[in-house]
Amino acid sequence: MIASLSGLTTEFVATKINYGAVLPMLVVFGAAMIGVLVEAFAPRAVRYGAQVGVALVGLVAAFMAVVLAVGHQGSTLAGAVVIDGPALFLQGTILALSVLSVLAMAERFDGIGADAFTAQGAAAPGSPQESAAVRAGATTTEVFPLTMFAIGGMLLFPAAGDLLTMFVALEVLSLPLYILSGLASRRRLLSQEASLKYFLLGAFSSAFFLFGAALLFGYSGSMDLGVIAKAIGTQSGMDGLLVPGVLLVLVGLLFKIGAVPFHSWTPDVYQGAPTPVTGFMAACTKVAAFGAILRFVYVGVGDSRWDWAPALWAVAILTMVVGAVLSITQTDVKRLLAYSSIAHAGFVLTGLLAFDRVGVSSVMFYVVAYGFSTIAAFAIVSLVRDGGSEATHLSQWAGLGRTHPIVAGAFAFLLLAFAGIPLTSGFTAKFAVFSAAIGHGATPLAVVGVLASAIAAFVYVRVIVLMYFTESGGDSVRVVPPSILTSAAVTIGVAMTLVLGVVPAPLLDLASRSALFLR
Amino acid sequence: MSACAEPDLREETDLGLVRLTRVSPYLTVGGVVLTGVFLFVAGMGARRLLAPYAPTAMKLTTYECGVDPVGDGWAQTNVRYFLYAFLYVVFAVDAVYLFPWATVIRSADLGMASLAEMGIFIGVLLVGLAHAARRGLLRWV
Repeated sequence: MIASLSGLTTEFVATKINYGAVLPMLVVFGAAMIGVLVEAFAPRAVRYGAQVGVALVGLVAAFMAVVLAVGHQGSTLAGAVVIDGPALFLQGTILALSVLSVLAMAERFDGIGADAFTAQGAAAPGSPQESAAVRAGATTTEVFPLTMFAIGGMLLFPAAGDLLTMFVALEVLSLPLYILSGLASRRRLLSQEASLKYFLLGAFSSAFFLFGAALLFGYSGSMDLGVIAKAIGTQSGMDGLLVPGVLLVLVGLLFKIGAVPFHSWTPDVYQGAPTPVTGFMAACTKVAAFGAILRFVYVGVGDSRWDWAPALWAVAILTMVVGAVLSITQTDVKRLLAYSSIAHAGFVLTGLLAFDRVGVSSVMFYVVAYGFSTIAAFAIVSLVRDGGSEATHLSQWAGLGRTHPIVAGAFAFLLLAFAGIPLTSGFTAKFAVFSAAIGHGATPLAVVGVLASAIAAFVYVRVIVLMYFTESGGDSVRVVPPSILTSAAVTIGVAMTLVLGVVPAPLLDLASRSALFLR
Repeated sequence: MSACAEPDLREETDLGLVRLTRVSPYLTVGGVVLTGVFLFVAGMGARRLLAPYAPTAMKLTTYECGVDPVGDGWAQTNVRYFLYAFLYVVFAVDAVYLFPWATVIRSADLGMASLAEMGIFIGVLLVGLAHAARRGLLRWV
């Protein structure tokens, strides 16, 4: 008490801000702010075009700012933000994947607004309020500023230098996602349920994160990851605070990547959310959350890993096995992809547990490869329709290979990438994480990972067989002809999946060059 | 009780009472909590002992007089009440940051920079307010 009182009288020092380093985040938040103003003041007729334009221009400008920020690396904002190799690599990844996500979200087929979103999220499905909102010309363009705010939080998440900044970033990226998951234009009840579940469980996990951060503050006297790392070497006899603190923070972070046993929200939310938003969550949220876990584990508490790494091993094994096994029983394409994303989170954790620079680069390569494939996969799911709504039941996909060979071929290729077949990015990425694990004392994890991949491969191959070698049940299922937006998202996603499988060397090099955390 | 609230560690107060300078702050907090619990229990206990207790069915209802309640306690709240939360954030929470700023606005080295930063901060809030106003959320409902 006395010390803190005397601390108040010391001179207040203004923090130095390296604007070059934080420019990508400023650009994205600025674009989100412009989006809010467009939403308020632009006439309805031009809103859709303006919002998509602002979002895409903002994302591309932010990507260029990331490239420029390479010369501005360092800790800034009094240590709250650390811009280093992994932060820049992951920020660039998030921005590139976000461009594809926004393209997929902007798809409107022949309607007037973005097709996947409802005009009024609060209205009950089929209610007079909803039809009144549609008659009054309510637009669905609010999703673009919301997405931009989420992307801003995601950019901050892997660059957070202390636990409080990390928490703020976690909330900034989560709150828009809670809203976005509830805005599906079809199957409204499922979507609202997804939104509520995601919000409640997300709030729980935030509480875990905060509690863990408080314990680590009690242990080290600081929220700063660097100070916590120093305290681990010098502070003794307080392990009762350190280990629970680390585990609780990890619970909060593992929730975001959907690791078992914190995965229960994933299938429901992935199924209920609008399909382009699901792709966005599966790709970009995972990139950001793995970045945060990497920083927390490698910069902050890595020196005490003998105390808590066994728990993370158990989580990784459970995640791979449960994700792969439960995907066998799924009959819904979106749920199947959700369980597949859980299994993939386990594979990435395997690379993370190498506790080496190779582990960092393999994780970063994996999230890029998986992100491009998964956005394209969900974009394709949003095209296959039965009547007005998406045909997500697996039986409806039977015979798609004969009726729509191009779309089915692209989806089959992406499934092969998820399975990890050579000449796809999935193989390179899996090879990178498993070899990192084997090289640094995590061979059992790699063995489990290979077995889980084999189980998961069975699931993917079963879907391919269903599409190509099964008679179609009825002819009401068809692929809606996509506009240039979705076509671009799918094409780029599939192309990147192929390129990263055939010539992965440039990106692998970039990942390993930027895999060094600034401490 | 307030052994640790003041920086000076006088052993004796004006009244001549010796302060406990070595009392752990946790003990002080614990003492305050226990006193609070005791006061509550004493108040409720005294009421229980002194007041007459003669319940009838009518007296046990939530409202003894007035309009009969309709429906049960779990009812939907109109979503438009979020307006109050929104206005609270815009107008009240920003004041929390404006007050400390008022103490440095005149300083030579921080004044201009803090003025610009506050301008940005309030500008961001105004964007939210403009959006709400355009959506008709500021009309009295």
